[in-house]
Amino acid sequence: MISLRLLLPRLSPAAIAGIVAVALLPLLIRISFPSGEKYYLHVLIQILLWSFIYTGWSLMGRFGLTSLGHGAFTGIGAYTATLLWNDLGLTPWLGIPVGIAFAVVVAMLIGYPCFRLRITGHYFGLMTLALTEFVRLCIVGLREWTGGSLGTQPKRYGDGISLYAAQFEPDRVLAFYVAFLLWLFGLWVWMRVDRSMDRYALDAASQDEDAAASVGIDVMREKLKITALSAGMCALGGAVFGQYQMYIGPDTIAGLSISLNMVFACIAGGLWVLLGPTVGAVLTQLLSEGLRILVQSSTTLKGVFGSAALSLDQLIYGLLLIGFIIYMPKGILGTWLERRRV
Amino acid sequence: MPPLFLRLDCALDVFFLEAILNGILLAGLLALLALGLNLVFGVIDVVWICYAELVMVGMYGVYFANKGGLPFLVAALAGILIVAALAALMHKLVIEPVLDQAPINQLLVTGGVLFVLQAAATMAFGVDFKNIGIRMGSLSLADMSFAWSRLITFGIALAGMLALWLFLTRTYMGTAIRAISQDRQIMPLMGVDQKRIYLVTSAIGGGLAGLAAVLMVLQYDIYPHIGLQFGPLTFMICVLGGLGSMLGGFVAAFIIAEFIAIGGSCFATEWGYAVAFLFFIVAVCIRPQGLFGSKT
Repeated sequence: MISLRLLLPRLSPAAIAGIVAVALLPLLIRISFPSGEKYYLHVLIQILLWSFIYTGWSLMGRFGLTSLGHGAFTGIGAYTATLLWNDLGLTPWLGIPVGIAFAVVVAMLIGYPCFRLRITGHYFGLMTLALTEFVRLCIVGLREWTGGSLGTQPKRYGDGISLYAAQFEPDRVLAFYVAFLLWLFGLWVWMRVDRSMDRYALDAASQDEDAAASVGIDVMREKLKITALSAGMCALGGAVFGQYQMYIGPDTIAGLSISLNMVFACIAGGLWVLLGPTVGAVLTQLLSEGLRILVQSSTTLKGVFGSAALSLDQLIYGLLLIGFIIYMPKGILGTWLERRRV
Repeated sequence: MPPLFLRLDCALDVFFLEAILNGILLAGLLALLALGLNLVFGVIDVVWICYAELVMVGMYGVYFANKGGLPFLVAALAGILIVAALAALMHKLVIEPVLDQAPINQLLVTGGVLFVLQAAATMAFGVDFKNIGIRMGSLSLADMSFAWSRLITFGIALAGMLALWLFLTRTYMGTAIRAISQDRQIMPLMGVDQKRIYLVTSAIGGGLAGLAAVLMVLQYDIYPHIGLQFGPLTFMICVLGGLGSMLGGFVAAFIIAEFIAIGGSCFATEWGYAVAFLFFIVAVCIRPQGLFGSKT
């Protein structure tokens, strides 16, 4: 009991109320939209899963380690778990940890030389971008196993709901609570990092590496630690996302656009606050889903844009991204919290 | 690309030699692509992550100007001017406001431009492949054949580099640009208008992207996502060659192009690219300042 106390952050009544409210969302949906339950749950699950992945990215991003390589880690996690299950019959309970370990090893292989040589800023961005491309090309190139650019599916086990195969896709309520627990886990990790000494060390290192080193901070070790944690979380998120979608493709779970989406959502939501990545995920998912429904339901919009309307959300993303970086670099939630404090 | 059965013993035959030579021709195009980015990267210290999307806009510009009845050379000039103007506009509207922020924000803000350009092109022109339909045939030489469009590209890439070098070393503006890239703090005190230099550099970088677009129209189909095919390669060449080093950019373009051409002819195309990216990562880990960059 004592050790549990130490691990769990002391939650304020508002935080507990918030967690309970999110946990009760499926009930609310069942009452208010009984006919569209599956769809609304699907949107919620997507938001929670992406929130977890974005939170994982923000662990690094908040310390100035802007990686464009996390699309590689989600891809590695998803593909490792799925391929081990499909080809060797290894349960995802073991396959996902293998995927996480694989992603962490890759992260260390790219992180160590980058941090040793002090490759930072946009050079770090370009290095990690090359990693993303490399992993995506490997996935496409190994098409006998991965299905190439068409992607692949985890083999369905029985009726698709199984503890052994970690499959839960047909039962949306179950899937919601899987995503919910994962999301809470992500927030818990974020808070643990936020309250640790490592956070101060990394903050210092991101300001001035030499000064940080001179007061006894092992900059290399701190950076590698946070990189491993961040990459591992993204690999876990990618793997669970694959288990939920029951499909993985190089463009849906790996690649440059996934990496850029992570960066965008975190900046839009707020990079330095707990729920920033979550707000970013809500914004991006609601934007694309909302626009899709709006265009589909309105004949005039359909007439004006036709099939091109599918790119409308990307256009708005782009404009918002520019706007946020120029006018609101702290993101929606970060700016709002700051205003409220003043 | 040789037929499948030849890939098995591709070493030391005429197809292998053809692959090497075609790699050199590809290097010309990649070097030209890297040239504009290298200039902007070196002078303003900003990475235009949407650089290849600017090229894409230029390709559409040339295509539609040509289809609209303009002769190809006029359309080419129009394409170059369009991209130059677009790049200058982008610098003014998007990059200038964030110049004093962390460098990564400048990269990310052009990531927003990437999304916008790609989506706008998809909405305006659709996702289907367009081809300008100018066939120039190919040169046959000892059982090997080389497309004229590639040979011309190679020649113009060399000419473009020479012209840029002359501009940077022989004109007042060029000297000012080089001075700014050497010391950002002191030059404004010497009476150089930094904002104007940046704007001119952006326009020239855009113009070079436009020139690359003109040459790519002759070789490739145009579609809204073509930038994703060339963008990452272009960044790699810039970093690998060493920032601001034009000779380095050229050598890096050769190395990367040979990986792609030889790897693509012996194995599948994506392995050529994959090995090129891996080589880039390893090379930067060994020589972070690039092949010809100076240690700063």
